[in-house]
Amino acid sequence: MSTPSVCTREVVVNLENGLHMSPSARLVQTAQAYDCDITIRKGDRTVDGKSMLDVLTLAAEKGTTLVLEANGDGAQEAIDALDQLFMTNFAVS
Amino acid sequence: MEIKRGIAVSPGVVPGPALVLGTEDFRIPRRFVSVNAVDVEVARFRSAIDAVCNEISENERLASERLGAQYGAIFTAHLNLARDHKLREEIEELIRERTYSPEFASSRVLRRYAKLFQNLGNQYMAERAVDIFDLEKRLLRHLLGTEREELAHITEPVIVLATNLTPSETASLNPEFVLGFATEVGGHTSHTAILAGALEIPAVVGIGPFLSDVSGGDTIIIDGNHGEVIIDPDEPTLKRYRVTRDRIKTANQKLELLGDLESKTADGVPIKLFGNIEFPEEVDHCIKRGAEGVGLYRTEFLYLKDDREPSEEDHFNAYRRVVDPIPTLPVVIRTLDLGAEKFPHSLEDLAEVSPNPVLGLRSVRFTLRNLGLFKTQLRAILRAAVYGDIRIMFPLVTSVLELRQAKMILGDVMEDLEEEGIPFCRDIQVGMMVEVPSAALLADRFAEEVDFFSIGTNDLIQYTLAVDRANPTVADLYSAADPSILRLIRMVVAAAAKKDTPVVVCGQMSGDPLFTSVLIGMGIRELSATPFSLPIIKQVIRNITIPQAEEIAAHADTLDVARDVENYLRGELKKISPDEFS
Repeated sequence: MSTPSVCTREVVVNLENGLHMSPSARLVQTAQAYDCDITIRKGDRTVDGKSMLDVLTLAAEKGTTLVLEANGDGAQEAIDALDQLFMTNFAVS
Repeated sequence: MEIKRGIAVSPGVVPGPALVLGTEDFRIPRRFVSVNAVDVEVARFRSAIDAVCNEISENERLASERLGAQYGAIFTAHLNLARDHKLREEIEELIRERTYSPEFASSRVLRRYAKLFQNLGNQYMAERAVDIFDLEKRLLRHLLGTEREELAHITEPVIVLATNLTPSETASLNPEFVLGFATEVGGHTSHTAILAGALEIPAVVGIGPFLSDVSGGDTIIIDGNHGEVIIDPDEPTLKRYRVTRDRIKTANQKLELLGDLESKTADGVPIKLFGNIEFPEEVDHCIKRGAEGVGLYRTEFLYLKDDREPSEEDHFNAYRRVVDPIPTLPVVIRTLDLGAEKFPHSLEDLAEVSPNPVLGLRSVRFTLRNLGLFKTQLRAILRAAVYGDIRIMFPLVTSVLELRQAKMILGDVMEDLEEEGIPFCRDIQVGMMVEVPSAALLADRFAEEVDFFSIGTNDLIQYTLAVDRANPTVADLYSAADPSILRLIRMVVAAAAKKDTPVVVCGQMSGDPLFTSVLIGMGIRELSATPFSLPIIKQVIRNITIPQAEEIAAHADTLDVARDVENYLRGELKKISPDEFS
């Protein structure tokens, strides 16, 4: 058994307007680049991290804690990439 | 002939043929397909959604190119919605499992999401329902193959009439062919207003229902100066507007050429011209119109545009948007100037109910009693000042004590930022609006304590002549030409000169060519006005000498009555620029 195939990470939404259209779009685009399954959990709701509609329906406002979970090939890289987005507040480089 | 009235959000006058963007009521012809046709229908759906994605990509490209990257970004997000695999899966499932037609399935799924968004209890998300409806429209259009006149396909100049204009409808418009806008809904901050402003074409919004009174091709006149839309004008009216429009066009063409010319008098004295703005995006107009910076950034719209108090980041982002394109030019940010009566809901508990809001708790007095709000704005200004030449200005300062208190709060905020290790500009210039009689009368004392004065003539006239400028019954008593106002301005200029304090005039008076010469003659060397009027002011400036201006000011000083002053100035203006002002 080499790399773990399930990775989880807790992140906090630090954007003033919460996870609105623009960051949701970036989140989903980033997630889609990976083959693994990616889900996002808020409280007891779990949604597909590759679906923009799903992510938007979380209506994650500022201060919300979300749990990212990736399952499959490249799970670690995917989680790291997504975590990076939240850490940098989705700043455009 | 019918005249409709609405809110004038972008100036200018234009006649033209109407193009009516109909309300989107696509009738879905059939709800179900035969079981045998399911594969074909799924294929048809896939082809339609791919076409929609291509269309949105194209819109993004066009919008970014013609209207700027910020408009383009709206479409990136739409594209992600359209490409959402869940969306496709749900729609295809309805087609396969329940033999829904693609049109019916698409509409059902999208409306379900729209409703979901509306019920999330989140204002922002509820507004996103509009984006979902937009997507539904596009998809249905492709599926139904409906031939609709689109803004992208027009080949002759038209006036666009609609209930409302959404970003997607306007993304593909060719500015060359759109003469103006008129919409049933909307206000100063609606998308239509912003777009019309960016394109500098006339627009009137908030007219109320009127589309049913117009047919495509009807002749319409949009009067963006007075907020009127004339449907099917009679011959004399049409002729009158055509003449006005041609005159404005010729004048504008001449003025365009002025953009690059220096703003100085005929005898070489520079008169600095700045722009007044309300939205950050207007800084682009300022640049286009040759402004040497932003002389007045009215920050009230940050508080009015959403239903909540703007955060420090909201402020900061807006100020960055203004300063980034012009990092070396001055940008004067005026702190909150709202009166209690204008507060959006979230601030209602802070507002007092006053019979005289104009004399009540507003502007700097309000912010001094609501330090949370005040400090948030000041922090953002100080932080943004690192990126350019930002200056702070306090509105409606009526006493030296008030000014000192405001400066003290500014000092406190600086200390906070210092402690927190957040970069900010320590030696930021601090000025005040001179817009009440007490400030003008005591200008010599105030001059010791500020880095610059900005004469806010709109309010100065109101408070000096004791005329509520929002009250139509006394509107005729309100005049910038009143000798008392001219005398106060003189007083301020003299007091400021003793302390080498710069003075800029920033009310409507500064954008009115009628007053340019008398202001210069009284010693004003800096004017801040709406970008639109800068070229015409520059024209007057370039056509007079200082001695001429001083003579005009001296003569105006001998008159007792506002109307006489106005008539005199009008006569002088005709002499200076006969072509434009006869």
